[in-house]
Amino acid sequence: MSSKDIKIKDFGKKTDKLYNLDLKNLPGLPYPYENWQDSPIPELSEIKRKGKNITLDGFLNIAVPEPETEEEKEAMVAKFLEGLRKLLSRENNWTFLKPLLLSLDNCVKCNTCSEACPIFEMSGGAEIYRPLFRSDVFRRIIKKHFSPGGKLTAKFTGADIDLNWDTIARLAQLAYRCNLCRRCAQTCPMGVDNGLIAREIRKLFSQELNIAPAELHGEGTVKQLDTGSSTGISPVALMDLMEFVEEDITDRTGLNIKIPFDKAGADILLIHNAGEFLSWPENIEAFAIIFELAGLSWTLSSEMVGYDSVNYGLFYDDVQLAKVTLRHAEVAKKLGVKKVVVGECGHAHKAIMTIGDRIWLGECNIPRESSMVTLEDLIVNEKIMVDPLRNDFPVTLHDPCNLTRSMGVIEPQRRVLKKICPQFREMTPHGVNNYCCGGGSGFAIMQSNNFPNWRYLVPGRKKFEQILKAFTREELSPDVHKYVCAPCSNCKGQIRDLLTYYDAWERAGIMYGGLVELVVNAMTDVREGFHEWDFH
Amino acid sequence: MYWAQVITYVSIIVAVIAMIAKVLRYLTAPESFRWELYPVPHEKGRAEYGGSYLEELDWWSKPRHSDWFKEISEMMQEIFLLKGVYHNNKKVWTFSLPFHLGCYLTIGWLLFLLLGGILETAGVAVGTGGNTFASVIHYLTIIFGYAGLVLAGVGALGLFAWRSSNKAQRRYNSPAEYINLLIFVAVVTVTLISQLGADPSFTTLRSYVGSLVTFGAAPPLGTLMTIEIVMISLLIMYVPLTRMSHFVAKYFLYHSVRWNDEPNERGSKLEKRLMELLDQKVGWSGDHIKTGEKWIDIVQETGNEQ
Ligand code: SF4
Ligand code: SF4
Repeated sequence: MSSKDIKIKDFGKKTDKLYNLDLKNLPGLPYPYENWQDSPIPELSEIKRKGKNITLDGFLNIAVPEPETEEEKEAMVAKFLEGLRKLLSRENNWTFLKPLLLSLDNCVKCNTCSEACPIFEMSGGAEIYRPLFRSDVFRRIIKKHFSPGGKLTAKFTGADIDLNWDTIARLAQLAYRCNLCRRCAQTCPMGVDNGLIAREIRKLFSQELNIAPAELHGEGTVKQLDTGSSTGISPVALMDLMEFVEEDITDRTGLNIKIPFDKAGADILLIHNAGEFLSWPENIEAFAIIFELAGLSWTLSSEMVGYDSVNYGLFYDDVQLAKVTLRHAEVAKKLGVKKVVVGECGHAHKAIMTIGDRIWLGECNIPRESSMVTLEDLIVNEKIMVDPLRNDFPVTLHDPCNLTRSMGVIEPQRRVLKKICPQFREMTPHGVNNYCCGGGSGFAIMQSNNFPNWRYLVPGRKKFEQILKAFTREELSPDVHKYVCAPCSNCKGQIRDLLTYYDAWERAGIMYGGLVELVVNAMTDVREGFHEWDFH
Repeated sequence: MYWAQVITYVSIIVAVIAMIAKVLRYLTAPESFRWELYPVPHEKGRAEYGGSYLEELDWWSKPRHSDWFKEISEMMQEIFLLKGVYHNNKKVWTFSLPFHLGCYLTIGWLLFLLLGGILETAGVAVGTGGNTFASVIHYLTIIFGYAGLVLAGVGALGLFAWRSSNKAQRRYNSPAEYINLLIFVAVVTVTLISQLGADPSFTTLRSYVGSLVTFGAAPPLGTLMTIEIVMISLLIMYVPLTRMSHFVAKYFLYHSVRWNDEPNERGSKLEKRLMELLDQKVGWSGDHIKTGEKWIDIVQETGNEQ
């Protein structure tokens, strides 16, 4: 069956793979990638496939267990319906019931959202990746099973869908073919949020059926709550890492900086995505240099969870989301800080600042601020001095969806870049209309099986196209070093992987990094050369 | 009582109940997590680029400036110009705008008929000459009536054609969506034929509406006008029962979700509501959730997660 011919009523069909991503259908890339040949998509080994339902599109990022008997399958269908009942109830889903009902009830099937979705576009228009496809599968199940006379009127009202195990297993997988970027919601004339619907589907599977990607659940929130961080860094290991960070600051800059930890009563608790400690310690170093040289009263925390801002619950599970954000609040309360400043991590911003807004109650309601804003104050108000010529190379900015579309933090990072990067230019579109990096909703940390290929080929391809278009043909020479500034740890991970897959450092001289690294690179109080053109 | 009147009364009662139920469905839904989406039009000086008060240093210590005029103007542009559809899907807008404007004018027409009916029962003749106010109502009824019916009919036909010609549309739209549009076309056609033929300035129709107000006897209606009245009455009942009344949900989607950026403050009413919600029991049965315990206890608990 051609990808464009798949209909919702085919969703429960018995077949090994409902849709096959064909490299030939993917849109081409601009200069210098006109003749780019994508690597073949790796086939999953028998061992990897064993016991799992991978019948949506053959990509594996959520291990949906395949029941062995028909009875087990029926039991799973019943459990799904029970979860759905809870999802539609006030008691169990107060957290999102209102936006969910509104998005379920309000779609007029105009398909405006499809044009806005990078996944639909970059798959070459694959029907199953249409935002409306997933939402309508879900809507039809609800209509058929939860509205009076739903089964009788199914054909007339468009609720004709078979609810069998394959439908459910594929729906779980399809919920993980969306970046939750909400670009579709922004263009929907009714305000319907297909991203929210995808997240609610994920939630149902996690909170009722125990089905969630390992990177988000077992290796994500569970590990974070158990060991202190989803990276597995314990408080003791953190201290060892910090010694390295301090030494590295001295090696790079000649400055001797002692990173403050657990300083009770400090003005600021700075909270980083712990991925930075392992992959980009220069980001941690840069924040420390800026805050110390600006004379701020600040601290990091070494308390469990307090040194890792990530909250993967935001992507799949309200209970885990609330547990993690409450830990953050309690750490801040215990330290007695005046405010929490969220480092360069988009989803942590949203979890701590706006979602946290409904959980950080009473004594825990401690003010929270974006580091973009804190940095803007220091640079634009000249509390630290910079020489923009130290950053005299082409720089473009990636907007993390959570920071921009979901929170409206748009201009502070731009005002900083305009002050420190003479060759700064925007991507098109940008700001609140940006495209997701393709790693959104947890995809950036999903490194196993064949899923990374999907995120490079489909959602990431849009970002890569945008990055290429931000530079002129001359600038795209590998000899001209260029910088994609991504003030978000997860976006940075995805952009690193994209540039690696497309060999963009070698072929086009494109490098990536955070915002603070550029700030320190321009600071006149710091030895020149903090930023190194060393792709990692 | 004339049976057509019974149908009209029942239709109005069902429509009112259905609308109230719809509003209550959203109005009484519990406070949810924040899920705003930018641009938020009341963000003074920032709405143009989609910014928020979170761009402000120490934002919690500063007054928040909300531009309600901008929010209302945005709403008006959404309602009367379908701004979002215009920007994102011009093809749909071409038919959707006349259809919506037609519906608004038709609602206005029904209200003018009602007003005219009340005036007549109070002894004021509605027509040309005589009382100025009554003659303004007379002309407005005619203008709103014909403009509304024609625009709604043309729009519904256009939407029907667009939904039929587009493959993606055919896939996702149920037979009900097509039939709904055809119902509109049918009601508009019958009304236009009936009125232009027998009652071009809506005099009889106004008397009929007046009879509904006084619970009095209906004026003599021909067969066609009786059919027309029954069809309009059934449509009034049908719309709130279908997705065609999406304007209710749209209002809540914008005001309580997309544009709701109200921060929670210590000691606020919002905080009190949230505390009550956290005091509820959790019914989910995932392994990581202690089913039956309160939200607050589950999320506060520390210890082994495995
Ligand atoms: S979600 Fe919105 S844009 Fe998409 S089809 Fe429905 S109404 Fe149209
Ligand atoms: S949230 Fe983003 S990725 Fe998901 S359907 Fe909408 S536009 Fe596509």
